[in-house]
Amino acid sequence: MITFSEEQLKIPEMSKPVYLVTGGMSKFARAMPDKRTEEICIDALTEAAEFINMTPAALKKYIHTAYYGHFADHFGDQLLGEAVIHDRLGLDPLGNIGVKTGGATGGSTLWEAYKTVASGYSDCTLAMGWERMDEVPTDEGNHLISCAADKDWETPLGHIYTGYYAVMAQKYWNVFGKEEDSFRRTMAEIAVKNRGYARMNPHAHGPMDITVDDVLKSPVVAYPLRALDCCLMSVGAACAILADEKTAYELTDNPLKIDVSAGSHTLRVACRRNMKIPLLPHETKDQYGDLAERFPGSERYPGFSGFLAARMAAYYAYGMTGIHDPTEDLDLVELHDAFTISDIQTYEDIGIRPYGEGRTYVESGDCYHTNPKTGEPGKLPANISGGLIGNMHAVGATGIMQVIEVGHHLWNRWREMHEDEEKWARFDRVKPGDWTDLQVEGARRGLAISHAGVGSHVTATILQHPDHVLERGDRR
Amino acid sequence: MTDETNAPAKVKVRDYRYRIEGRFHHIERNQPIFKEDGSLVGVTNPRNMTYIHTYGNEAVFFENLGKGRIIASKCANPDCEAYGSVFMPFRIHCPDCLARNEHVDITDIAKETSRVHTFMITERTGAFNTLPKPIKFINVEFDGVATILMGPMLYGEPNIGMKVKPIFRTGDPTYTILDLGWVPEGTGVKDLPQYYTFE
Repeated sequence: MITFSEEQLKIPEMSKPVYLVTGGMSKFARAMPDKRTEEICIDALTEAAEFINMTPAALKKYIHTAYYGHFADHFGDQLLGEAVIHDRLGLDPLGNIGVKTGGATGGSTLWEAYKTVASGYSDCTLAMGWERMDEVPTDEGNHLISCAADKDWETPLGHIYTGYYAVMAQKYWNVFGKEEDSFRRTMAEIAVKNRGYARMNPHAHGPMDITVDDVLKSPVVAYPLRALDCCLMSVGAACAILADEKTAYELTDNPLKIDVSAGSHTLRVACRRNMKIPLLPHETKDQYGDLAERFPGSERYPGFSGFLAARMAAYYAYGMTGIHDPTEDLDLVELHDAFTISDIQTYEDIGIRPYGEGRTYVESGDCYHTNPKTGEPGKLPANISGGLIGNMHAVGATGIMQVIEVGHHLWNRWREMHEDEEKWARFDRVKPGDWTDLQVEGARRGLAISHAGVGSHVTATILQHPDHVLERGDRR
Repeated sequence: MTDETNAPAKVKVRDYRYRIEGRFHHIERNQPIFKEDGSLVGVTNPRNMTYIHTYGNEAVFFENLGKGRIIASKCANPDCEAYGSVFMPFRIHCPDCLARNEHVDITDIAKETSRVHTFMITERTGAFNTLPKPIKFINVEFDGVATILMGPMLYGEPNIGMKVKPIFRTGDPTYTILDLGWVPEGTGVKDLPQYYTFE
């Protein structure tokens, strides 16, 4: 059993509010043989500048420090890749630093940029993330990713990171999914939904018009996971500009309040020890007293079925922003759907549903832009960008992409940023004839979860429209 | 110095320093990459090299696998919240008090109480994989151990809750985690992979 002290559970108190001013993204694709990494980073920064009607040169004048998320140096055989990009963006001699937290690298990059503004060190920061996973064969790429697991205790086991997560998927499937066909179909629904939403996104690497049966017929990767349950492996870049209030309103009339938190857990899932379930603001003390009765095999927490890092990131983020019940207080989310089943696990960790009931978020239709059961707007739409399954997973960029996509809804500019014929043509992509506007009407607040592998690092980023900032609620 | 022969890379420790012998990297000329129209896109960068890796005070675990023993570690600090917790994977220091853990041989506990907490089977592997496909991992619960070790199932089909037995690569050990494997309870000696034994 492990316990935490009051000091460790303190809700962060920032010195000043921080705003998301703008963000931009490159095209996302499996490979980009015609572009160097610096070119896709410049594409992202240019889009961010144009979003607020500035030139990149004018926007750069405001940047005081730069944070670069790039998960895997060894994919490109270039240490200090961050220094290369910083130079090519023409930002020397400003201070800069590289951030690496596996799959959560994008979110962690924002976390650093956010704290820098909140502390007063910088009035304006750049958070830029990228990855290119096209410069090694897939099996070598899998080996390199497996080096993010424990090199002595895990990597020699197949050199395949997916396998280290798959034991968790198997446990959740057995205990909470009860190995039911209906649960398997619910997993597949997520794959269908996210790939379908990606069809409306010109940036997206993996749009597909598929059915639940297509997912269920796709090749088994590690049962119960099939090929179409798994995320993409992408090339691309995304960046965000964060600023204090004064600078933010100099740059734009419409900055969004941003708060970022982080949690972590053992790199080796094998090393997890038992603990009591930490509660989120809307959960009750005895809520999980009968969990093991309802779901035999769930006696251990977080065991192999929960992501403690996600729960802790949510705990801090909800405390920082006054969110009581995420389903009521948020209008949309972008989650780290590395696998359909890990998406369901995350619904529970961040309190969208109680532990054991994640599947009902999908089955109720709440996670859709338009609830397929009622035809009404979904209660809390998830991954309208297409997520990691349909849009992209260019690791260092992913967590930043999610936040920009949430921002587009809060800015009420989703349509503008996804409909533009010129962008579809520039990315050499054909806009579908049935292209649909997925703007979440009246979106006030949104959340993005950035997550590493088996849950070693997770960040929670909350965006709030300045007219709809919650009063900070009870802190636990 | 690295010599240019084809002798395998080997390392010894002498005078508290690593001394290397044999070939640690293989130089191969780079090659250009062209598009369909013949224009240059980039180049290959061949990298074939051997790393040196230090086990430190975890070496006792890896050294004993080839001798048929599983050495865990235990917090022996009576002032620590984790006092008495047994760790497998082996931890040199207690994660709570950071005191040096005691070594504890859990071979007999593993032989008597190991059961599958969860498992995974896949045909997919990364470069450098040496396990037979499909690869099968199990996470193993032991009585009295705080954590749940992951390892390869080297015979039979895993199921949650099934009893399993450890096997050891006592012949030609690799001195890695691959020297410890798992088979279903009741598996006969004749079904064990080459080099592996129950003792």
